[in-house]
Amino acid sequence: MSRSHDVKRYPGFGWLTLVFFVWLYLPLMVVVVYSFNANRIAGVWTGFSLDWYASALKNQALMNALKTSVTVALIATAVATSVALMAALAIIRGKNVRFRRLSETVVNLPLLLPEIVLAVASLILFSLVGLQNGLLKLILAHSAFCTPFAFLPIRARLQGMSLDFEEASADLYAGRWTTFRRVTLPLIFPGVFSGAMLAFLISMDDFITSNMLASGGTTTLPVYIFSLIRSGTTPELNAIGTLMILASLILATAALLVARRGTKP
Amino acid sequence: MRRLANNLPFWGLLPAWALMGFALILPILIIAAVSVATRGSHGGFTWDFNPAGYAQILFNEGWSGELEFTPQYLIIIGRTFLLAGATTALCLIFALPVAWYISRQTPGMRAILVYLVTLPFWVSMILRVYAWMIILGKDGPLPRFLETFGLAPGTSFMFNDGATLVAMVYTCMPLMVLPIYASIEKLDLTLIEASHDLHGNRFTTFRRVILPLTAPGIVSGAILVFVPALGAVLEPVLMGGGKQMMMGSLIQLQFGGGRNWPFGAAIAMVLMGLVMLFLIVTALRAARRTAGMEARA
Repeated sequence: MSRSHDVKRYPGFGWLTLVFFVWLYLPLMVVVVYSFNANRIAGVWTGFSLDWYASALKNQALMNALKTSVTVALIATAVATSVALMAALAIIRGKNVRFRRLSETVVNLPLLLPEIVLAVASLILFSLVGLQNGLLKLILAHSAFCTPFAFLPIRARLQGMSLDFEEASADLYAGRWTTFRRVTLPLIFPGVFSGAMLAFLISMDDFITSNMLASGGTTTLPVYIFSLIRSGTTPELNAIGTLMILASLILATAALLVARRGTKP
Repeated sequence: MRRLANNLPFWGLLPAWALMGFALILPILIIAAVSVATRGSHGGFTWDFNPAGYAQILFNEGWSGELEFTPQYLIIIGRTFLLAGATTALCLIFALPVAWYISRQTPGMRAILVYLVTLPFWVSMILRVYAWMIILGKDGPLPRFLETFGLAPGTSFMFNDGATLVAMVYTCMPLMVLPIYASIEKLDLTLIEASHDLHGNRFTTFRRVILPLTAPGIVSGAILVFVPALGAVLEPVLMGGGKQMMMGSLIQLQFGGGRNWPFGAAIAMVLMGLVMLFLIVTALRAARRTAGMEARA
């Protein structure tokens, strides 16, 4: 057996990884490149143009959809993160919790079920209850399926944290609220932040549930994009897509930087 | 602190139970009830017990009301399983070497590569599917590229199971790479050297040492890919076209244009049942594997 090279390296894996990353990014690059195409038919390249960005930014329906998406995502993120934070504190920090395993399963339930089932189920529920407000329907459904995404990072952070700081704070006569606000929360903040970012992302990205619950005036961004795709691909759609890819990159990088700062000290 | 610790479980879990109870558990109980309700004449349903929704999966009602066996929905269920299984297998085949290669880099490089794997995941799912619609579509880069070499002229790459599979593998891949990478990173490398010292070649080492030790990561990756793949909606609707349906798009159709709520609810129950079955079997097998490893150790 030759010892001349590292046995932990497998030949060809480097090339495969390179191909993998090209494959991962090429489709997104195609959307970006085609957004600068002057031709009306998305697939045929005729020349460079920024016209489609101008028409995308002037598109009122797009702006309304974006507003709906951001409103729903912000409220759903706030609800999901608060619910998840309380549940995580109770499950990890509580003593003699009854139904601990069951509660954890219930919080994570949306991850275990296909989303289309949840979407259909909420559609039937809301029509039975007679809930008319489209925005409220979206917020309720989004809050539910975003909760486990907020819960998991918070739980992981809480689990890895020692009780010493909180006990020290209690020894120094800090009340439980002060201890929570001044000691626990700052320590678990990176987990809470990652959880909130994930919840926001999942809500912004949701198509299946939003499409099922969509009614006039509550079209979210993915549902609007879907309707654009259905009516034929246009370069304007590519411009919108490029702007969305750009926004995602900024959000992802910001999230990474904050999460990193949290783990360093 | 003691009082907090005593009251915390109840009050802390109350909002979670309330939210999940109202927005999840209650709706699922309702959907179970609707699956055996009677179809309304203009969509919706009436509360009369009727198992027609389930019967419709296998049988078609003939002109005179007799039931004829029709395989069309079984074909959809079969396609759903095949495509979800193929997606999981393809993701696994590519994710293993990529995760392995990433784990062999310097810590700084590893962080960058993991970031690059996660990045596309932040981009909207519908856009990631749409990108493949451009690439494979008529006048898209791939058909044109092949045509310049005189290959496959006039072939349509869209609106078939292959197109659906391409989009599913693309959207699911990060979910497979990350858990496998996490378990490879924890791997004790001296075990690999030990295997080679005992004259195990690369293949034997991979099969007998690396694969069993990274099994937890592979299993969680497979669950993270297979479960959403079973319920896929966007990929079959956009890439497969109207004819090549999967269970997810079939359910969606019953609550949209098709308008047969009890049938849609019945399919949803079947899908949920299959997913639950898969999760339970996986959990039991994982438990047995850990028990076996502990017994050996």
